[in-house]
Amino acid sequence: MADTAEVIIIGGGIIGSAAAYYLAKNGTSVIVLEKSSNIGDGGSSRNGGGVRQSGRDPRELPLAMYGVEHMWPTLSEELGINVEYHKEGNLRLGKTARHKEILQGLTDRAVACGLDVTMIDGAEVREINPYLSEEVICASWCPTDGHANPLAATLGFYMKARSLGARFITGEEALRIEKVKSRARKVVTKANVYEGEKIIVACGYESRALVRTVGIDVPMRKELIEALVTEAEPQMFPQMLGTADADFYGHQTEHGSFVFGGASGYEEMNEDGGRNMTMSITAPSICRGIMKYVPKLSQTKIVRTWAGYEDVCVDGIPVISPVEEVSGLILACAFTGHGFGIAPVVGKLLSELTMEQETFLDLTEFRYDRFRG
Amino acid sequence: MCKINDRSRNIGQYIPAPDDDMIICRCEEVTKGEIRRAVHAGLYTITEIRRYLRAGMGLCQGQTCAKLVKGIVAKELGVSPAELEPAGSRAPMRPIEMEVFGNERAQGR
Repeated sequence: MADTAEVIIIGGGIIGSAAAYYLAKNGTSVIVLEKSSNIGDGGSSRNGGGVRQSGRDPRELPLAMYGVEHMWPTLSEELGINVEYHKEGNLRLGKTARHKEILQGLTDRAVACGLDVTMIDGAEVREINPYLSEEVICASWCPTDGHANPLAATLGFYMKARSLGARFITGEEALRIEKVKSRARKVVTKANVYEGEKIIVACGYESRALVRTVGIDVPMRKELIEALVTEAEPQMFPQMLGTADADFYGHQTEHGSFVFGGASGYEEMNEDGGRNMTMSITAPSICRGIMKYVPKLSQTKIVRTWAGYEDVCVDGIPVISPVEEVSGLILACAFTGHGFGIAPVVGKLLSELTMEQETFLDLTEFRYDRFRG
Repeated sequence: MCKINDRSRNIGQYIPAPDDDMIICRCEEVTKGEIRRAVHAGLYTITEIRRYLRAGMGLCQGQTCAKLVKGIVAKELGVSPAELEPAGSRAPMRPIEMEVFGNERAQGR
């Protein structure tokens, strides 16, 4: 089979797979190259599954709101698998006066952007979710937020794109991009050379080193966070939970298990050599946080923990942009730990950017050259 | 080691088998047929099968079914089971209550 396609996508995570799906649906030929043995092996399968608008940067909010309104509700039907999307609200919880201040600030900013978020007191919180402890004195409540299953959504985009003819190759690490007649054209891997008219780079933190091979830099760093999953429990509550203190976040899945994520603050000390290793202190510290807010879970068993990297951008929002100096090159990286909830929207936008159509949302804020002094 | 794996290569059609209803992963009640169909839908690794079907992701974390799943996936792909990477094992080694897991103090002090 020829190693050429109209579009080469580097990175087989949810962003690359979603872009491949919307392109393949349009009849465009696509090759997706994934370094790992597995599709969606980075943040795509390691995140907490939040489909959140509240707490987002105002620049990123239009993408999140569009997704919640127009894409997530029909995604299961579109992909032909259950992505377990639930739009049943997000509670960001507070226990102290300081927390209340933080939450009020977040709420005011969200309201100014036209999002339905309100501050509620402890009693109102427990009316929505009776399992929350008396220590919770306030929360910001966004009823249109929700959660989905990141594993199902990522593999769903992949399987659907593949069934439409997109070619995925795993274990294929892109080493550099090469230009032909000043356009991005070739992707060189250890064993092969792939050629396309357009090249989308969507490989998380690794995008930085890759686009440097054509003289472009995206200022981001990597940050490790951890997550855990419990045994299945009877259905308790459908909301997504977070805290003002950011000590944990999470939700109960359709399966019954709870997925919680968080950090201990010592992640920089974790010398894992890029192997997504968990540390013995992080999951216990997440557990201590959870038990303060949801005491009923203290007898629930943890069955698995894992870790994953976020590609944290210097200004906290992603780069979703064609590169003018290197025509044919399109960037989609630096999602800063909140890429999952906007992935379907970004995938569709990327397909439009690639086909040189006018995008359905303005992407000016996500330009690659916004970091100039 | 990551080997180059073309996900569009022809592995033939999924052909229903009489034992497709057999439960392979007892913790999560995943059948042989579900695993076989997932391979034909493009999930070529043990890790992808686990993430999609939950086979080996329940209380025993695959200690019972890992070998069986590997054999089924290998057969569908037409490769030796030895060629398939095992899924990663993760802490804790056995399910443990939050209360116990979260208590790191020596002697409960």
